[in-house]
Amino acid sequence: MLRSSTSFATQRNRLLESTFGWLLFFCAAISVLTTVAVILILATETFRFFQSVSPFAFLFGTEWSPLIAPKHYGVLPLISGTLLVVVGASLVAVPLGLASAIYLSEYAAPRTRQIIKPILEVMAGIPTVVFGYFALTTVTPLLRQVFPELPIFNAASAAIVVGIMILPMVATLCDDALRSVPNPLRHAAYALGATPFEVTSRVVLPAALSGVFTSFVLAISRATGETMIVTMAAGAMPNLTFNPLESIQTMTAYIVQVSLGDASAGGITYQTLFALASILFLITFCLNLLAQRIMHQMREVYR
Amino acid sequence: MISAIANPRLRRRKLVSAAFRVLCAATAFVVVGILFALIFDLMLDGLPWLDIQFLSSFPSRFPELAGIKSALFGSLWLIGLTALFAVPIGVLAAIYMEEYAPQNRLTRLIELNIANLAGVPSIVYGLLGLALFVRFFALERSILAGALTMSLLVLPVIIIAAWEAIRAVPTSLREAAYGLGATRWQVVQSHVLPMAMPGILTGIILSLSRAIGETAPLIVMGALTYVAFVPEGPMDEFTTLPIQIFNWTANPQEAFQDLAAAGILVLLGILLVTNSIALAIRYWSTK
Repeated sequence: MLRSSTSFATQRNRLLESTFGWLLFFCAAISVLTTVAVILILATETFRFFQSVSPFAFLFGTEWSPLIAPKHYGVLPLISGTLLVVVGASLVAVPLGLASAIYLSEYAAPRTRQIIKPILEVMAGIPTVVFGYFALTTVTPLLRQVFPELPIFNAASAAIVVGIMILPMVATLCDDALRSVPNPLRHAAYALGATPFEVTSRVVLPAALSGVFTSFVLAISRATGETMIVTMAAGAMPNLTFNPLESIQTMTAYIVQVSLGDASAGGITYQTLFALASILFLITFCLNLLAQRIMHQMREVYR
Repeated sequence: MISAIANPRLRRRKLVSAAFRVLCAATAFVVVGILFALIFDLMLDGLPWLDIQFLSSFPSRFPELAGIKSALFGSLWLIGLTALFAVPIGVLAAIYMEEYAPQNRLTRLIELNIANLAGVPSIVYGLLGLALFVRFFALERSILAGALTMSLLVLPVIIIAAWEAIRAVPTSLREAAYGLGATRWQVVQSHVLPMAMPGILTGIILSLSRAIGETAPLIVMGALTYVAFVPEGPMDEFTTLPIQIFNWTANPQEAFQDLAAAGILVLLGILLVTNSIALAIRYWSTK
């Protein structure tokens, strides 16, 4: 009697167990379904887009004017706009982020560190729309005092502020990488009579290089997909230029510009959004994969 | 005997080292200074507009009458529904990955996939929401469509955060429970979850905080409309605080830009509260 009740309980438990197992698996599978949905939707609409515009004209065309006749669908001006912002942002974030990280990990007193680290975390959590406001109302007027000819919407202001946005990410990740370098390496270098600068630049930095590069790649990926700052500060002018003092448009800013009108109406304008999103998706996907590769290599070095 | 101080080469090396130290320290303080400059600038522009009238009015063509009531309620609805969808699914998925998943290629694929999804730009999620929820499922520009899109956006972040918290639970605890004959689910719900709960909560709050400030995906879904009412159900149209801020910033009239600053102060205030709660939970649980 006792035995049968035990086996009943076990049976019920087993049933519960397998039900829960499947429920949990389904929850995890939703993430895979999301990826499938993204790829499927991007691919279908891009394919439809390529039925009216040849992939060659799209990828190598130098004029982008899908909203005004004569319509051109050459993506290069948007690519150059995105590139300009990403390069400019990297020029701001990479040196400032790395230098801050070196200060935090190699020089700062523990108490200073405990104050600055949370401040960086706060900065990393600021919504991008706030940075967009900052670019338009503070950075652009400042830049215009230096360059009076500068248009209100310009690549430089957007690039600087995107750089500020990704800065905490670079600083935090570089700090983690630098701190993971074992202390005996530093002590050995000091024992040979190296100065702190020599220890940092010739021992610690080379040892942490993969982590540092990972942070750069991830930051570039973030900057590529950044939308609000470039929409609010860089303008809506598809412009094949590498002059940061001009108005430009990035891929993301174009998507927003169309969405502010009536994007859901369908048609070829609707399809351009997905063709651009495909490019964005591919670029960020490759960058993230690259970051994972570099990070993986770092782990193996330390084993 | 050569004195160290007299050696010009050594002196130069020490000078370079000292200069480098000063440079790095200065950079770090400039970076921190940027945050304070930003906040100071916002307060200068926004504080004069921040009053009860601003919080309890609908948007308006006249800056002195305009407020963020519909945006506040819209954000509240959106985050509430997003949490309702994304939190249970995210936590259960994390439990699966740490406690249930077999060591095989499918598991490896799901793991890679979650990591990659977390890196997809938010604007791509907006287009996914536009095609899938707004058009295909014909949910229009409703709060429901917005919340479903946001759920997909924060899901990978929640999974990763919850997973880390669950992974931090010591294995010996699980083994003790298994040794007493507990089933997998019993181990999870009586041992793993209670131990991991503070970490999971912190992760959830931080992920949802990010969703509160998201703007681009909602704009892409077409949520930028004039909304002068408080939403009453998940099928209503809506606006959110970041969208309202964007809207006002884009207005060339200076008074509206100051309104945007006031809106930003409210948004940052909300984020400060949620982040403090998360940090308090982390602090209290590690004590």
